[in-house]
Amino acid sequence: MAAETGWKPDAAQAIIEAGKSAPGALLPILHALQDAFGYIDRSAVPVIAEALNLSRAEVHGVITFYHDFRAAPPGERVLKLCRAESCQAMGCETLVAHLAARHGIAVDATTTDGRLTVETVYCLGNCALSPAAMLDGELLGRVDAALLDDLCRPQPGSVS
Amino acid sequence: MSAPTRIFVPRDAAALSVGAERVAAALATEAERRGVPIEIVRNGSRGLFWLEPLVEVETAAGRIAYGPVKPADVAALFAADFLHGGAHALALGLTEDISYLKNQERLTFARCGVIDPLSVADYRAHGGFAGLERALGVAPAEIVREVTSSGLRGRGGAGFPTGIKWKTVLDTPAEQKYIVCNADEGDSGTFADRLLMEGDPLCLIEGMTIAGLAVGASEGFIYLRSEYPHAHRVLNAAIAVAEAAGYLGASVCGSGRAFRLEVRLGAGAYICGEETALLDSLEGKRGVVRAKPPLPAISGLFGQPTVINNVISLASVPWIMAHGAAAYAAFGMGRSRGTLPIQLAGNVKRGGLIEKAFGLTLRQLIEDYGGGTASGRPLRAVQVGGPLGAYFPESLLDTPLDYEAFLAVKGMLGHGGVVVFDDTVDLAEQARFAFHFCAVESCGKCTPCRIGAVRGRETVERIIAGIERPKNFAVLDDLCTLMTDASLCALGGLTPIPVVSALTHFRQDFERARPVPPAE
Repeated sequence: MAAETGWKPDAAQAIIEAGKSAPGALLPILHALQDAFGYIDRSAVPVIAEALNLSRAEVHGVITFYHDFRAAPPGERVLKLCRAESCQAMGCETLVAHLAARHGIAVDATTTDGRLTVETVYCLGNCALSPAAMLDGELLGRVDAALLDDLCRPQPGSVS
Repeated sequence: MSAPTRIFVPRDAAALSVGAERVAAALATEAERRGVPIEIVRNGSRGLFWLEPLVEVETAAGRIAYGPVKPADVAALFAADFLHGGAHALALGLTEDISYLKNQERLTFARCGVIDPLSVADYRAHGGFAGLERALGVAPAEIVREVTSSGLRGRGGAGFPTGIKWKTVLDTPAEQKYIVCNADEGDSGTFADRLLMEGDPLCLIEGMTIAGLAVGASEGFIYLRSEYPHAHRVLNAAIAVAEAAGYLGASVCGSGRAFRLEVRLGAGAYICGEETALLDSLEGKRGVVRAKPPLPAISGLFGQPTVINNVISLASVPWIMAHGAAAYAAFGMGRSRGTLPIQLAGNVKRGGLIEKAFGLTLRQLIEDYGGGTASGRPLRAVQVGGPLGAYFPESLLDTPLDYEAFLAVKGMLGHGGVVVFDDTVDLAEQARFAFHFCAVESCGKCTPCRIGAVRGRETVERIIAGIERPKNFAVLDDLCTLMTDASLCALGGLTPIPVVSALTHFRQDFERARPVPPAE
């Protein structure tokens, strides 16, 4: 997730142009935009609609339907915390409570200093090593409070 | 100097999640420091996850396993001469003799964790492409007949006979047909698709190619969930490797018949595991469920006849073609033929993948393979078949893993995920979560699911809070009946299964007094 900071309309336009001719092009284009910028700016909606001959409502509908697509830039790091049944059985809700109590970090929000976004995810396919999480695309298993504490420390550093 | 010793360190995402990359780096560094020639092969995982990172060394006697290995253990392993299978606290003996693995019937997963996932030579040396070669030599109808008589049923969860689906597509004339692989493995407690795609991606590619030959489709899509970035990289690399070796492209193995394959990413919507929502998503739309008929086999992707199958269904086909339908059907019980890759997860000591013929009981699975709960506390509930599967109490653990046997106890096998809970679980909270999950993931097309899930969550919350319990139990019963009967697809239709099973087997969790109302 080496997203650049700031939305660049020209670069976005180029991504849309490059992807528009594939069948079922909308999702690949949205992924490409989010990979590049970390989110999908509202200003992209009419541009995509024009390129794919769709209505703005259709494009907006697709962006908002899928949990992955963000309307605003995320924090510097993104932690996806699994809260599905297997991870529940291994105490993921205790980790959610720990983040709130110890670090004042809410799930599905970005910290005020913009350093960390924590998102709920339902299943990362690492259920035999629950609780699972994904940090900037890197899968983590047997996540515990110590690992979260490490991540929440003021200075950026590597986890585990 | 002697030939380098081959050491296997998985690059599977689960192995990486507990430090396999650092172990591989430590092995390379230590070998260099000692001047010992080694070759590190990055295999998939064997699926024995409590032993990851599982390092294997190739010796004259066979592959010897060590695990779980930490980077700090590496120097001691070298000192113990692990390169020749030396004794060490982490030594597990021959990998094939580890009882968890030895007592399995690995057909679909035979190569997973054994080979280099991106080596065509390795794949072929372990029986790969034998099924495709046979398929290229017979008529399409013959392939469909073989798959039909193997008794293979959809491993995604619905259990529909794969061969019948294929026959419909074969018999529907069209200029363009498609093979779509449903790799949107969203059920909690399941990871078989991921394990296979990362550990033996060529097997899925071979299965899809055979499907293409069987029904006359020249294009395939793998719809992969975005939560699997490692599998995404491996699949793309495997497709490139298969193209370069002539197994994919304009002329599969020089046969003059084309088959091309592309991976498309989902975007975090559970509903896209439902086949018609998946097709809409592939077309670039919101993943909204379609009314059936028409069946996807007649009017599927872009309105064309489409085979849509789960990863494991498609990956089972090469074995069936190579060894024959009768050999596959010889495994299993009743109308559940062949093997089921079971995924044991949650609060269990030894979680992992167990591919067995149908018929193993839950108790054998959890006690003999799983070794009981990870926490050491008593087991209280087991959820089978993902978030839409039933919660079973200890008294039903002797139920055999079989499609019909699970229907008989008002559950379902689904994609084969088994999640174990210890006695700290609160089944009223699990019922509340089942509705919450349905509310979050509903596509919104039908009212029973869209509204029912929200009302269901509210009703369970009132019961938990002790508000007018008798009345709310009646509302809940009514709502569950309605959602079961009137929802458009399995999400709304099956959400009552975990709820009703919790109410049936764990009523006391709903009826006891509680000190505080639930969070949220």
